[in-house]
Amino acid sequence: MSTTEATSVARPRFRRRRLPRLQRRQRRLAWILLAPSLLVVALVAFYPLGRTVYQSFTNQQFLALEPTKWIGLANYFGAAGLIHDSIFRDAIVTTVKFTVITVFFEFVLGLIIALVVNSNFKGRGVMRAVMLVPWAIPTVVSAQMWNWMYNDIYGVINDALLRLHLIDHGVAWTAQPSTALASVAAVDIWKTTPFVALLLLAGLQVIPSDLYEAASVDGASKWQQFWRITFPLLRPAILVALIFRTLDALRVFDVFYVLLGQRLGTQSMAIYNQSTIVQTGDVGYGAAISVAIFLIISVFVVIYVTFLRVEEQ
Amino acid sequence: MKHLRVFVVLGFMGAIALVASLSVVAAGSTGTSSRKEAATAAAVKPPPVANAKAIRTKYGGQKITFIGDNIGLTHQRDLKLAAQFTKDTGIKINVVPHPKASTDAYAQLARNFSSHSSSIDVAMFDVVWPGAFAPYLVNLKPSLGGLAKIHAKGIVQNGTIGGKLVVMPWFSDYGILYYRKDLLKKYGYSHPPGTWAELGTMAKKIQAGERKDNPNFYGFVWQGNAYEGLTCDALEWIASSGGGHIIDNGKASIDNPKAAAILNTIRGWVGSIAPRGVTTYQETESLNAFDAGDAAFLRNWPYAYSASQTSSVKGKFDVTVLPHGGKNRSVATIGGWELGVSKYSKHQGAAIEWIRYLASPGAEKFTAIFSSNPPTIPSVATNKAVVKINPWLKPKIANVARVARPTRYLKAKYQQGSTIIFQGINQIENGQNANSVLPRIASELNRLLK
Repeated sequence: MSTTEATSVARPRFRRRRLPRLQRRQRRLAWILLAPSLLVVALVAFYPLGRTVYQSFTNQQFLALEPTKWIGLANYFGAAGLIHDSIFRDAIVTTVKFTVITVFFEFVLGLIIALVVNSNFKGRGVMRAVMLVPWAIPTVVSAQMWNWMYNDIYGVINDALLRLHLIDHGVAWTAQPSTALASVAAVDIWKTTPFVALLLLAGLQVIPSDLYEAASVDGASKWQQFWRITFPLLRPAILVALIFRTLDALRVFDVFYVLLGQRLGTQSMAIYNQSTIVQTGDVGYGAAISVAIFLIISVFVVIYVTFLRVEEQ
Repeated sequence: MKHLRVFVVLGFMGAIALVASLSVVAAGSTGTSSRKEAATAAAVKPPPVANAKAIRTKYGGQKITFIGDNIGLTHQRDLKLAAQFTKDTGIKINVVPHPKASTDAYAQLARNFSSHSSSIDVAMFDVVWPGAFAPYLVNLKPSLGGLAKIHAKGIVQNGTIGGKLVVMPWFSDYGILYYRKDLLKKYGYSHPPGTWAELGTMAKKIQAGERKDNPNFYGFVWQGNAYEGLTCDALEWIASSGGGHIIDNGKASIDNPKAAAILNTIRGWVGSIAPRGVTTYQETESLNAFDAGDAAFLRNWPYAYSASQTSSVKGKFDVTVLPHGGKNRSVATIGGWELGVSKYSKHQGAAIEWIRYLASPGAEKFTAIFSSNPPTIPSVATNKAVVKINPWLKPKIANVARVARPTRYLKAKYQQGSTIIFQGINQIENGQNANSVLPRIASELNRLLK
């Protein structure tokens, strides 16, 4: 025993050896302490995921009395499978378009707001708290509020624009295909920009102020300070914010449900998934859709994680 | 004290969020009953239970769970009926209001039945659901077949699947036309439109005139969003124009010239005499537009009558049957709610007695007066006191021919079939030619019917 320990200390060769007993014991203790959380994660995350994958290989229906049968990959590649589903393809396109628009605007606006709120001005504390109000209101509630505001007969937005003579009759913002996605994106941007601003603000606060002082002494302009100091140091926070928002936007449901419903051509992936499982009752096919959504989101996660790793190097 | 300001602002934020949520909920709920309704409602009481003693001996002391109507006046109605029932028979009733959205209520029941749970004894079923839930419901024919005879035949038939009476009719709903009688008079029309073409002409003229003062005025609003309500509206347009009933004799019949013609007419109206946003309107939005005085014609269910009594158009509107196409007859889509007993219930006997009470003439009269729910018993529907409060019960409106959505053929696949229908019709409303959409709807429906 002691010879092993002595050997691992004495020999500098980098050979794979059994760890010293203390470290082994600590490792075991670590696993024991982690076990409850891992068990919870397995129960809450892996079991449902596994069950969904299993269900996607069956023809389970919500209200059918016949027993469920295993049908293999038919839900994916069969005649009525996901591969041929044009509605799902449209849903993917709509969701990705939505994600790109919202993440871009939320990021830009969130960054501007974070920079503003980071600076010192009277009432800054109150402003920081109040700016979170859109995010505090439950999504379904604020979406319904916006739905009534967008109404083309009695909506507040059309009323305001009419009075300002910017339009000559009420625009059906959510009905017209040209403005539908933009309207929904606007609601989501209104709601989530404060969240992004908060994440970026946290990142900004970590940057020491003497960097800026040194830069000013060296004669750097504000714009140069932003690009050379703020932006690089903010990168971890930016990536966290982008990952959060992209993954959330890909799974969007509430705003689409309230504002656009089940119209063909404007469904998001989650909307189509929900209507398949709950309204059509086709659990097997719905599970296949869920797995497909999971894989699509995984692609984005892999892209982001690789991006992050490159940055760290 | 250093953090007092933070706490104050956080509390303020929380209060705003809470108030925002509550106000949206309150605005959307149907709890806004008119004062006139409240006065009448308070005056009427549920009737005593027939055969109470016998029921008490057999089932007294049992407890059943009833999935009842929405929060608001209708929930109050359920509570009153339950209180009277418990008082007379000793059977306790746990009244649980169902979710407001019809699809959520469907999901709640679907989850319950697919897990074979005994937690629900009696539930309310939308008229389009019996086909889907039939295998899970008790046959009410042996015990309630006699009572079913006094209910409207069409609705009883709708609730009879494979020879079993799986649900007992409770309320019936049917589509009617609301019109601004003051505006019709102003523009020289002596009676409401009889045909769709007349409605188009009248709406155009009234809209042109009213637009001078009100840029938000439109001629006609209906439920055009891609949801179940659109299937109801579309069925009325098609069936009243001689275009069939979407599915006839087990095959999709929607792909025909008459259906295409009326649907293309509707398509032409969107954006001209109907707002462009009508393709996103459900019952609430269309009613709001009419109540704000921004529409000349509205298609909606009878509930809108009492709802409009507290609006700016009170006294200025009236109701009639929907228009028809050419020489065909006017129709109205059957809506409404029915009652069923879960076959997993542990108190089926008590549950059946509860339904017997609810579907009795006395209780239906109570519900008609208390919450203006259309009765399914013709004798109650013609009762003078009931008709006085609900003028849409007058024979010439109430006797309109009813058409049923194709649940009989689609059975458990009805939701899927209805989705195909309303998504397609919504595409037509949004500008696609009916001649290119209807064949696709027909082929997809035929695939489901196989």
